[in-house]
Amino acid sequence: MSEAIDAEGLIKRFGAVTALDGLDLRVRTGEVHGFLGPNGAGKTTAIRVLLGLMRADGGSARLLGGDPWADATELHRRLAYVPGDVTFWPNLTGGEVIDLLGRLRGGVDRKRRDSLIERFELDPRKKGRAYSKGNRQKVALVAALASDVELLLLDEPTSGLDPLMEEAFREVILEEKRRGDRTVLLSSHILSEVEALCDRLTIIRAGRVVETGTLGDLRHLTRTTIRAELTGPVNGLGDLAGVHDLITEDGRVAFDVDADALEPALKALVAAGVRSLVSQPPSLEELFLRHYTRDEETAR
Amino acid sequence: MTGTLSLLRLVLRRDRVAMPLWVLGLGLLPYVYVTGFDTLFATAQERIDYARISSGNAGFVALYGPLHGDSIGELTVWRGGFVPVMIGLAALLTVIRHTRADEEAGRTELIRATVVGRFAQLAAAVLGTAAACLVMGVLVVVTLIGKGLPAGGSVALGAVFTLSGWVFAGVGAVAAQVSETARGARTIAVLVLGAAYVLRMGGDISALGDERMEWLSWLSPVGWLHRVFPFGADAWGPALLTLVVSVATVGAAAYLSTRRDVGGALVAGRLGPATAAAGLNSPVALAWRLHRGLLFGWTGGFAALGLVFGGVAGSVAELTEDSANVSEVFSRFGGADAVLDNYFSTTAAICGVIVSCYAVQAALRMRDEEQTGHAEAVLSTAVNRYAWATGHLLFALLGPAAALLAQGLTAGLVHGDPGPVLGASIAQLPAVWVLAGLTVLLVGAAPRLAQAAWAAVAACLLVMLVGPLLEVDQWVLDISPFTHVPHLPGGDLTTVPLMMLILIAAGLGGAGLIALRRRDLPV
Repeated sequence: MSEAIDAEGLIKRFGAVTALDGLDLRVRTGEVHGFLGPNGAGKTTAIRVLLGLMRADGGSARLLGGDPWADATELHRRLAYVPGDVTFWPNLTGGEVIDLLGRLRGGVDRKRRDSLIERFELDPRKKGRAYSKGNRQKVALVAALASDVELLLLDEPTSGLDPLMEEAFREVILEEKRRGDRTVLLSSHILSEVEALCDRLTIIRAGRVVETGTLGDLRHLTRTTIRAELTGPVNGLGDLAGVHDLITEDGRVAFDVDADALEPALKALVAAGVRSLVSQPPSLEELFLRHYTRDEETAR
Repeated sequence: MTGTLSLLRLVLRRDRVAMPLWVLGLGLLPYVYVTGFDTLFATAQERIDYARISSGNAGFVALYGPLHGDSIGELTVWRGGFVPVMIGLAALLTVIRHTRADEEAGRTELIRATVVGRFAQLAAAVLGTAAACLVMGVLVVVTLIGKGLPAGGSVALGAVFTLSGWVFAGVGAVAAQVSETARGARTIAVLVLGAAYVLRMGGDISALGDERMEWLSWLSPVGWLHRVFPFGADAWGPALLTLVVSVATVGAAAYLSTRRDVGGALVAGRLGPATAAAGLNSPVALAWRLHRGLLFGWTGGFAALGLVFGGVAGSVAELTEDSANVSEVFSRFGGADAVLDNYFSTTAAICGVIVSCYAVQAALRMRDEEQTGHAEAVLSTAVNRYAWATGHLLFALLGPAAALLAQGLTAGLVHGDPGPVLGASIAQLPAVWVLAGLTVLLVGAAPRLAQAAWAAVAACLLVMLVGPLLEVDQWVLDISPFTHVPHLPGGDLTTVPLMMLILIAAGLGGAGLIALRRRDLPV
């Protein structure tokens, strides 16, 4: 399978600060790839390296089969980018910015542009300064999505958008996904968005990857929350490795369980006799939080 | 006004480097001049001769202002006649930096949401600037009295320095209310300052001759301050007028600020076209949109400057015939033609240094675009960095050419013989380009120091104003590219130095572009 982005061991330092510390990132052609990490993890730096705006101090990167630094201009015809912190020229209208950026990229699909403006409920006649944060974001999104490109690099594209517009954004990305030939790298904080849109995801922290894989792969690493009412006393549950935060009270138990301890834990419950059982699947949120707390613990 | 004091501290904290620099740098100039004059003249007679010749030299009067006496004090005041304009520039930039620039960046919103009064930010900016100007005035008084100059005149010159800062702090404060952007506010305030200087210049030169247009000087705060005549008349009337206008402009700014929203302006943004015109499709087309206002402003301003220069040239010619004393001196240098040549070559040199501000400003737009994130949006499309830079450089190089062309043409046409006057203006261009090239080099190779390009312009101005007086070594003078521009009209048109300047400009700019291609962006 061909890869739209293939970065290995990227290193980028700013003076004493190491922004990227051996980052690996592989994005397959046609997939929507989530790119997660706390503030300052290096997401934006990584995207700027991929765009050839910054040069990595180490490692290698291929983008759409080319060298992001040397072939920047040629590659940019085939991709569109939504920066994380969007501001535009105060004396140009949103419509002018959309057209200009599209033309600089090599052409705008007029019909698509107009339909996107409608879907995002954007007034293209306002000038740069008159737009709120959310509306500036919409201008950037329309400018990027209106171009017929192979790769979309989106750096927290929904920050500042209201829930309705977030929904519109999701629909558009899902449509792109159905086409099958567009690749999307989506950096985000909004986990429900990543869950809804992404095939695979990469979580980075302090400039290196802590987890990468499909949602299913990553869920496997997380804990399921179980609450049950039992008919009799349960034995040995607390001794099982992989069972956490066990609370037993009045014939009711509640605990979190690692994926690989699920079976013995359930067996123990069944042995005691189950009256009712609620199991909550692992959420990405939990995965995310656990990575950070775990890192904080190791940091301590 | 609640919170003014803490905001004032913030202003001083943020300007802790720049403010002492301009306060000391400009405030010590009179002391430097006195020292220079002390060594320049061996005898009192020499000084008196120098004063007599200078007071009738239209080029000198254009640059420095009128000279009515021959004491060291009066010569110092006259020779430092350009300093009030520089103080005014520093003051208005400081006020705008702490008002509209903050507001545009959204910092004001943050501050106004805390326990801070409606006027606190404006008050802090104006008070901080006013205090700096006051310190500078005191510095002038102390150093000059220390040099043994009369106390009355020293105090009057200190007041002139302080007031020139105050009145343009007021102008900056009003401009900050009128425009939505800091850039717009700066443009408005600098235009007012430029107009004040040009009006003063026209009136003063006219006063040398037939006096028909002397009233022009009375339209300009710079003109009023020249009419204080420290160490001579010590006339406090014009100083008082300036003080009243300073207070009035600040009051007007405060009033205007109540008539608008935070972040808003008196000149509100209107809706524009929903789609881009067909021509807006390249980095150069974008640069045209971004630079055209500046281009029109500078070209129009320089055309007006040319009108004034050309218009008063008649007075200059008349002057040599009227005043027997002066014409006797000048006939030794070549008569009325030489006087006019000297006048036009001085005004061309002034225009050269002033228009390099435009060149630097236009070239620094690249850095500005980088810092606002606009460059990132453009460079993530199929535009390479050279193409992006070319758009801006076109205006940094050709914009000043247009301005000088406008000035030379209008001055020449009004005077009657456009060729030589236009040639004198255009001859400045290679030196202007050297400063543009230096700015590109800074933007490319040392982006965080890019604003230091302004220091280079200031250095050229200082070399032009102070250098000859202090009799510094030739190599110091040679640092300024303007030293190498041939003195036209009248002098020999030597193309070798001009070619060298163009080569240096190309070398600096080329190195800057290569560095720009090779570095991270944004940094």
